[in-house]
Amino acid sequence: MDSIYKSLTAIVGDGHVSNRPEELYIYSFDLGTAEPHRPDYIVSPETTEQVQEIVRLANRENIPIVPLGGGLSLAGLAVPLKGGILLDLKRMDQIIEVNEKARYAVIECGVSQGQLTSYLERHHPHLTHSEPGAPPAATIAGNVMIHGQGDLAQPYGFTSDMILGLEVILPAGELLHLGSCAVGTGWFTLHPLPDVGIFLGWYGTTGIITKLSIKLFPAKKIRGVGTFVVEDENLIPEIIFKITHTQMAEDIIAFSSAIPPFTRELHHINVNIAADSEKELEFREEIIWDDTLGEYIRSGDGGYLGFVRGLQRPQISKTSDYKKGGGFEYVGGIMPVETYPQCYREGRDISERHSIPYTVTGRVIGAAHSMMFAWTYAFNRADPETIRQAREALHETDDLVMKLGGVIWKPGTYGQKLVLERLEPDTRELMKKIKALIDPNGIMNPGNWEIP
Amino acid sequence: MHELKFDQDLCLRCGTQACLTKCQYIEFDGETAKKEILKIATGRDSFVLHKCVTCYACEEYCPFGNHPFYLIAERQEALGISPVPRPLVQRAVNLGIPFRGEPDIKEINGPVLNMGAFSDHMHLIQGKLFEGLPVISTDERKMFHYFCQLMYLHYGKDSVIKKRLPGIIETIAKHKPTEVICFHDECYGAYTSYCDAYGIEVPFKPIHFFEYLYNRLIELKNMIQPVKLKVAYQRPCSSRLSPDKHLFVGRIFNLIGAENVKREFVDENALCCAGAIQGQRQEGSRKRAVIQQQRNVEDMKKAGAQVCVFNCPACLQTIGDLVARNGIKPIHMTDLCRLAIGEIPAGWR
Repeated sequence: MDSIYKSLTAIVGDGHVSNRPEELYIYSFDLGTAEPHRPDYIVSPETTEQVQEIVRLANRENIPIVPLGGGLSLAGLAVPLKGGILLDLKRMDQIIEVNEKARYAVIECGVSQGQLTSYLERHHPHLTHSEPGAPPAATIAGNVMIHGQGDLAQPYGFTSDMILGLEVILPAGELLHLGSCAVGTGWFTLHPLPDVGIFLGWYGTTGIITKLSIKLFPAKKIRGVGTFVVEDENLIPEIIFKITHTQMAEDIIAFSSAIPPFTRELHHINVNIAADSEKELEFREEIIWDDTLGEYIRSGDGGYLGFVRGLQRPQISKTSDYKKGGGFEYVGGIMPVETYPQCYREGRDISERHSIPYTVTGRVIGAAHSMMFAWTYAFNRADPETIRQAREALHETDDLVMKLGGVIWKPGTYGQKLVLERLEPDTRELMKKIKALIDPNGIMNPGNWEIP
Repeated sequence: MHELKFDQDLCLRCGTQACLTKCQYIEFDGETAKKEILKIATGRDSFVLHKCVTCYACEEYCPFGNHPFYLIAERQEALGISPVPRPLVQRAVNLGIPFRGEPDIKEINGPVLNMGAFSDHMHLIQGKLFEGLPVISTDERKMFHYFCQLMYLHYGKDSVIKKRLPGIIETIAKHKPTEVICFHDECYGAYTSYCDAYGIEVPFKPIHFFEYLYNRLIELKNMIQPVKLKVAYQRPCSSRLSPDKHLFVGRIFNLIGAENVKREFVDENALCCAGAIQGQRQEGSRKRAVIQQQRNVEDMKKAGAQVCVFNCPACLQTIGDLVARNGIKPIHMTDLCRLAIGEIPAGWR
């Protein structure tokens, strides 16, 4: 038995470390098109102290260490590009506190979206959180590490804007707290201390989040989705501007896809509406559909399709059914809302060039401050040619995001290169200095956000 | 192309103009009604073409079977007067496009139940009522090969029906059925009323679903225990195309001991579910639909209904939730019939 394996076992105990080839294989890839890379060890800690010890060991031995949540980013962000220790954090799944009155939850880094949703439904039914369209196994910590967004992004912004406190382990093993929790009070605010927020969006290259406090929001008794349909993509930005002006909606998502045929070359806008009573619901519906969008209905340019009770979270994973072999990956882009028409047209063109049915989806973030786009490409996992086609389409889409004046969201290595090339020199230099200061040995998720 | 059998002289001779004077959505006096129907018949614009909510009821009201509603739908398309916004029309036209492979054709050489575009409602087809009955269109990925297309009457897109319906009939005919029991009475209306009106040949005998259920219940009469429920029936727009089969609703209720409560909005005076109204172009359509649905359900409540019985799955989807929130159980007719023969449908309490 090698000494690293032995040391890891000493930290987390038997059964939570592996270097068996079949398990290394499983952890060598994610569900997207990224090339696989095997870790040397998989370790699954249960406590913050164990994470600290593992990180100290990795730093001492100069071994790369890659944190893994649900493993659902699709962009290869938790694929161990340079081998080393893969830190599977799913066992750290305690919901430590839910503060009802201040509306926040303190959770460990392995808590999944579905776990928090079901916990709140059972124990705090009048509270909810911003849940993304990812499978329920996706972790909340993973989502904030990549600046994800959920179904409350329209009223409240990115999930990482909902952080009220963080516990982070630095590459040398130091334990850091950010926010009010750092001064020994509750985990109720990230402000007003001086900002040292250098962990969100870094994919674990500056530190490993082990605990966080996240905002919760009122869960209305009635939640449902109304749908508006237009043919002309040029209408989408103004319609979104008008709906967001009403402040009557939760999630707002516009999408178009080649399959099924009823969505082809049409643009559906799904608007989540929540209310505590029938009276409130009808008031909100009247404001949105009749008063705000009525002009499009009367002119025949837009149509109200109806309101369905119950939340229907976007399931872009369904696009994996478009080709045999069940694979799909998407490029995310944070875009100005006004670029929707080009995002749709040029994204559709890319899909058609690569013989992939197109799917373009955009979720509104904030009061139309931006939109998170997803251009999705299906491929057959058993057919290298379709994987190659999808990968090419993904790279072209990364280029498109930058060309249209957006920023690639959770970019893989190709997209990171594009972003870093565009990054202004002083900012890039600061990022480099921060990284060198915090992680001088470059052990943290190496291969990501590396600045030469 | 198939031509509508419409006789303008019948309208000229008509003393009632019932097609329009009985309309529940637009107020007419007899004189205005006559003037407007003749305008429509002669291809001119009429406010009726703009205000029609496409409830199909005038097909039933016409004493001569002269197909006033088919005429309205034709004229709406010819004059470019779409009752719903363009994107919804396009969406609906796209909806009926099959995209998941060809249908699996098996020769039946006997009676068959056709689920049409409701393959996802196979859960309603179980138990003794359907024992031994072959079913086609059971795969929702391929159900649009069996879609009767009549839905496009709501969209002023009659041309789509005429273009696609013969191909659908051909697909069904490939199964070599003798009788085709239509799960949805819109399909029954398509293969009887619509095809007759347009001279489209149907090489099988369509059977109304409720007629099948009634006859099957007669066969199972020894098993029937009265359900002793006060029921309200939600009549769908499609049943206006086969008013001669509406009597099976009452016959089934009598047979299974369901009390059909006395309502204002019943039989000829029934209110549609308003699913087709909410998305129309006319100002205030969504609100009109909401109010109509509330009036409809209030009427059921006032009449003391415990259960609302549905024929059309689309009606059930549109107002089933509202019905339930008002303390009335929504149920499809098949499940009510199953209750009567001692079978408990899933979710029934």
